Amino acid sequence: MSDTGSNEKIPFMQQLLDSPFLLLAIGILSPMVLYILWGVMEVIATPIAQ
Amino acid sequence: MAEFRTCPDTGFKIDLNADKLIKWNAVTAVVFLLVGGLFGLLVALTRWPAVHLLDADLFYLALTAHGLDVLLVWMIFFEIALLYFTSAILLNSRLALPKVGWLAYWMMLVGAAITNVAVLRGDSSVMFTSYPPMMAAQDFYMGILIFAVGALLGCLVFFATLYVAKKEKTYEGSVPLVTFGAITAAIIAVFTILSGAIILLPTWFWSLGLLSHIDTLMYRVIWWGMGHSSQQINVAAQISCWYAVAAILFNAKPLSEKVSRTAFLLYILFLQLASAHHLLVDPALSSEWKIFNTSYALYLAVLGSMIHGLTVPGAVEAAQRKKGYNKGLFEWLTKCPWSNPVFAGTALSVVLFGFLGGISGVMMGTEQLNLITHNTIYVPGHFHGTVVVGSTLAFMAISYWIVPTLWQKELVFPGLAKWQPYLFGIGMGLAATFMMGAGTLGVPRRHWDMTFADAAMGYDFPAAANLMMGLNGVAAVMGSLGALIFILNMVGTILWGKAKVPAPAAPAEEAPAAVASAATSHGSAGTMEVPGTFVLALIFLVSFVLYYFVNWKYLSSVWGLS
Repeated sequence: MSDTGSNEKIPFMQQLLDSPFLLLAIGILSPMVLYILWGVMEVIATPIAQ
Repeated sequence: MAEFRTCPDTGFKIDLNADKLIKWNAVTAVVFLLVGGLFGLLVALTRWPAVHLLDADLFYLALTAHGLDVLLVWMIFFEIALLYFTSAILLNSRLALPKVGWLAYWMMLVGAAITNVAVLRGDSSVMFTSYPPMMAAQDFYMGILIFAVGALLGCLVFFATLYVAKKEKTYEGSVPLVTFGAITAAIIAVFTILSGAIILLPTWFWSLGLLSHIDTLMYRVIWWGMGHSSQQINVAAQISCWYAVAAILFNAKPLSEKVSRTAFLLYILFLQLASAHHLLVDPALSSEWKIFNTSYALYLAVLGSMIHGLTVPGAVEAAQRKKGYNKGLFEWLTKCPWSNPVFAGTALSVVLFGFLGGISGVMMGTEQLNLITHNTIYVPGHFHGTVVVGSTLAFMAISYWIVPTLWQKELVFPGLAKWQPYLFGIGMGLAATFMMGAGTLGVPRRHWDMTFADAAMGYDFPAAANLMMGLNGVAAVMGSLGALIFILNMVGTILWGKAKVPAPAAPAEEAPAAVASAATSHGSAGTMEVPGTFVLALIFLVSFVLYYFVNWKYLSSVWGLS
């Protein structure tokens, strides 16, 4: 991963993988939206038994 | 101003603050492994029908303590030690915020102690999942919350150290692959802790009488964001250990470093979503939510695992072939150091994690197939295949390298250490297999008495189910013996081990600096000619397909459509 010459443009994927804080944001946002938020919305949308 | 020492074995420059914190976290982890392991043995001996050791109250107390101490406390303490090792030491840096590191340590210890006391008192036998409407004593939840905040602070120290190392230019280019795996583990840990806080804070208020009601379904959705993801931290950390051991013992480089990093990225994006497999029969949640999370998304994380499972042995094969072990398909494998517990534990971890934990996880994560085994003892069988013979065994294996290296002491029982990974790995591997077998026959998880002796409506399981629960007990005794030997070796080495005598002259490739550079260097193996690994991978894939097919066939027989 460090074999990129100093004048060469760093590829997007490497920039992404070299940004731990960006990965942290993505790693929290992805399951928060797809698992928790979506799941909670489905539970809330369930009608209460009469 | 940070102080450093240079490790005579490895050449690592070690920040003394990191050194101390790693040692304290690792030792505490092992103590909780002992406590949690003993409770696990009691659980297994109670579920052994012929022994049925504990009465019902004590059984649920032991089951709660076992789950808490091994699934959460042992793992997280060890992982915090790994986070400090892979940041400060592998990046050649000082540890950022050491005082916060100590605060994290004490909060985790105090939190774990409070929850353990609540459980041992006998009024909080709600098991690890603590589903409402069962209510534990308020300090049960409070202890877990304090522990979780401590662990979050540990993650903060890790990320701050990454920042400091980058700013102070203690390394060049990207972080080493092993550190990248630790970043993955830390990211999953932050999500895990946040999920736990979101649901356990109101649950604590409920136990204090400040809230009247906790919605059980809402609890389950959010709690499993913590409960299952906490085990995904283990997976990412364990795979980091695999790469570290391959580099340290063989100077091995991954088949493709870019692909390995991308596999970790798949974990960051998708691995936590597997939490949904615990909710596949819950009402209110749609099939779209269930299938997206446990199938489409989870399969991408499984792809990541299969990449790691291919590239770690592939890296070792490439390194061994470079040394001249080229005869046939498997000379490279037979010439591996099988009596070295660092290697043996890691190799068993790779194989058992894949065959037992991995394949069963995909099977259970399929909505239809899940019906065969949901809430049966198959589920603990699966996670003993991941957390025990995958993560715990990998952590034990790397401990045989870390403890003598950091403490600069010889192992007290080197002869026993050679056998320990086999005893523990095979014992617990068999236990996982027997649990899955019994679960396939419908034996419930968590149940004190599988004979339902005092139930209004009885049910007899097939004789094979009783046999498998008995064999599970025997295998658990074998595994517990293996765990005990590990703990004796680690604690004995730290307390009474002889100081290491520096080797007079090592060959260049074994010189101290070589270990440090192998674990931190970049690049790929430069070859894909690893035929032995590809044959092993094909055996795995054929087993995977056959097992998947057999379960669909089984489902068709229990779920007639006429």
